[in-house]
Amino acid sequence: MGTTVGVVVFPGTNCEFDVVEAIGEVGGEATLLWHGDTTVGSVDAVVVPGGFAHGDYLRPGAIARFSPMMEAVTQFANDGGPVVGICNGFQVLTEAGLLPGALQKNAGLKFKSGQCTLVSGNSWSSFTTGVEVGTQLAIPINHFEGNYTCDADTLAELQDNDRIVFRYADNPNGSMADIAGICNAAGNVVGMMPHPERACNPLLGSTDGQPLFRSLLATAGATV
Amino acid sequence: MVFSVTVHVELRPGISDPQGATIERSLPALGFNGVTNVRVGKMLTFTVDAVDAAAAETEVRDMCDRFLANPVIEDSTISVEAA
Repeated sequence: MGTTVGVVVFPGTNCEFDVVEAIGEVGGEATLLWHGDTTVGSVDAVVVPGGFAHGDYLRPGAIARFSPMMEAVTQFANDGGPVVGICNGFQVLTEAGLLPGALQKNAGLKFKSGQCTLVSGNSWSSFTTGVEVGTQLAIPINHFEGNYTCDADTLAELQDNDRIVFRYADNPNGSMADIAGICNAAGNVVGMMPHPERACNPLLGSTDGQPLFRSLLATAGATV
Repeated sequence: MVFSVTVHVELRPGISDPQGATIERSLPALGFNGVTNVRVGKMLTFTVDAVDAAAAETEVRDMCDRFLANPVIEDSTISVEAA
């Protein structure tokens, strides 16, 4: 049996099928995990996809983090399971305390949508084991609140321990240190604002997201 | 007892405020010059049933810490009055 990735669905999530498709493109299997359920089942990895979970009311991720599924995802992450949050999923993971910092409204207060160039910053997170440090990746963004913010100590910790997984080549949103994605200390939990699932098929203009999902499957397969 | 609660949620000092900055840049276009330090927050009002004002405040503080504000970037100020 292949490696199975659970894709979390909240009311208001809208990128779950793009992620399912992307996982299929690189030979994995995917199953949807409803936010009201209390277990991730037998999945080998979890993706929290983009959208507007619970309408982004109060703050993006503020309500989603209390969904029963997030308790199961937190347990899965604490046990070392690979967890990736994309866009709104990244916001949910910061609200849930699985990743440090917060995502603020974009500098300039514009919703940003378009292709970006990312530069990978580590090759040991669950999403980048197959990506050499310094690799440039063409991956689109689509967000209003992607302006990464944290305190000076947290930023120093992220920088000193190579936990900045992706940087923008050309900062679109005011993020501190051009941060597009980070990971936790162990590297199994990764959050990023850009959408690699939208860069996994030549028809979409880029396949640079594929190595990330391949990395996730490889990590998931190895930790089973 | 029922208490009226007002919670102000504001970005912590030093945290950049893209909304405040955009508003500040817009004001001169309308002829309002000399405005600085614009910060945007939010206000929540609700009523809460508690034995006394101190108990109400403790409960609301817990709400703020866990849910109403994101302590990474926001501070909250609580006011509690008999309804």
